[in-house]
Amino acid sequence: MKSDSADDLRKLAIIPAYNEEGMVAQVIRGVRKHAPDFDVVVVDDGSTDTTFAEASGEGVTVIRHPFNLGIGGAMQSGFKYALAHGYDVAAQVDGDGQHKTNYLHDLLSELNTKGKADMVCGSRFRGDPGYKVPVGRRIGNLIFSVILSVIVRRRITDPTSGFRMTNRRGIELFARDYPHDYPEVEAILMLHAHRLRLHEVPVRMNARGFGRSSIDYPRSAYYMAKVLLALFVGLFRRRPVPSDRPPDRPEGEPVAPAAGAPSAGERAPEPTVGR
Amino acid sequence: MIAFGSLLPLAAESALGSRVQIVAVLVTALMLLVVLELVRRRRLVERYALLWMTVAAVLLVLAIWTDLLSWASDLMGIDVPSNALFLAAFGVAFLLLLHFSVATSRLGEETKILAQEVARLDEELRQMRAGSRNGSGQGAEVPERAPGEDPGSSARSRPSTTDQ
Repeated sequence: MKSDSADDLRKLAIIPAYNEEGMVAQVIRGVRKHAPDFDVVVVDDGSTDTTFAEASGEGVTVIRHPFNLGIGGAMQSGFKYALAHGYDVAAQVDGDGQHKTNYLHDLLSELNTKGKADMVCGSRFRGDPGYKVPVGRRIGNLIFSVILSVIVRRRITDPTSGFRMTNRRGIELFARDYPHDYPEVEAILMLHAHRLRLHEVPVRMNARGFGRSSIDYPRSAYYMAKVLLALFVGLFRRRPVPSDRPPDRPEGEPVAPAAGAPSAGERAPEPTVGR
Repeated sequence: MIAFGSLLPLAAESALGSRVQIVAVLVTALMLLVVLELVRRRRLVERYALLWMTVAAVLLVLAIWTDLLSWASDLMGIDVPSNALFLAAFGVAFLLLLHFSVATSRLGEETKILAQEVARLDEELRQMRAGSRNGSGQGAEVPERAPGEDPGSSARSRPSTTDQ
């Protein structure tokens, strides 16, 4: 498990997709082309279009939610799958095609640089974002960036980026607990509280495939308020996870499965449905 | 009474006594603290916390800024400002209850879908096990219950079968 060579690691690309027909197959093919060493799991978050058919037509594993849980629930399903199947690395690649799969190996090499990071985020704001980021998003991002950087005491330029990759420790944490909606910012705070290390790599992104952002104008106020509240309350939590287990255990030590979570690792081929 | 109230605009202007104001401020402060503590303990999701915090904030504003309250009560044609506050509180409580009815309806629907999915998967799994038992042949050593099958699986399907 603690291998230095990236080839020995079992790697998974989690593709959350909600009504992404016409896009999701392209994303899967992108992963195959640019990161063929990654397995793919698509989490169809209760789509009402042909997303499921398209994804399974590509011959990848598809986890299908019976109804929409939101991006947080979708990603957590992906992390639970990664945990149950013993993956060492899990990446998030959005099903709307915003994340460019050719950067997956940039993230991976940063993650693997010995003991450097537990999670690597692709940041649009450490270089050329690759597309014109709307002003509103920039401002919102800047606010979270400033607050988080102060809390985490480390410069975080793109806290709302979903283009991320995490190692086994991150997978274990997020399989146990992951924020509900708009999870990206809070996830960084969770990592910090659990003393996991975060790094950013510059990436470019595409403008959203269908121009249908999950954050429309009326929702952005709720987004801001919700995340600010979560950050504020998070400061008063000793650990953001309801677990009695000490967060910083020695490296590589196996983790006892938390109550309710599917039993970890070793029992490999078992569906994550069982609770 | 109505005439009396309109004759004395000054009395209406000091909409709530200062003691009431203090009480209102204390109550809303307490409410905010309780809500924050519930979120901290993960007993309350941020979405509903924001709802309750908004309610508390509106209450607080109305309690402190009494002119706003008397202006609003004038607008609604209510003579005693505190009655306007009661009406507003009642209205908000009503809306919240309606909101929660909608939310529980959705939860019920989702639970039904989950139960049906679990029942379908359970049935599918049993079919597959039966098939593989017959397929892998002879089945002399195969016990009545397939090896992997845990004894709870038949019990698990019970709730969904009873409510159909």
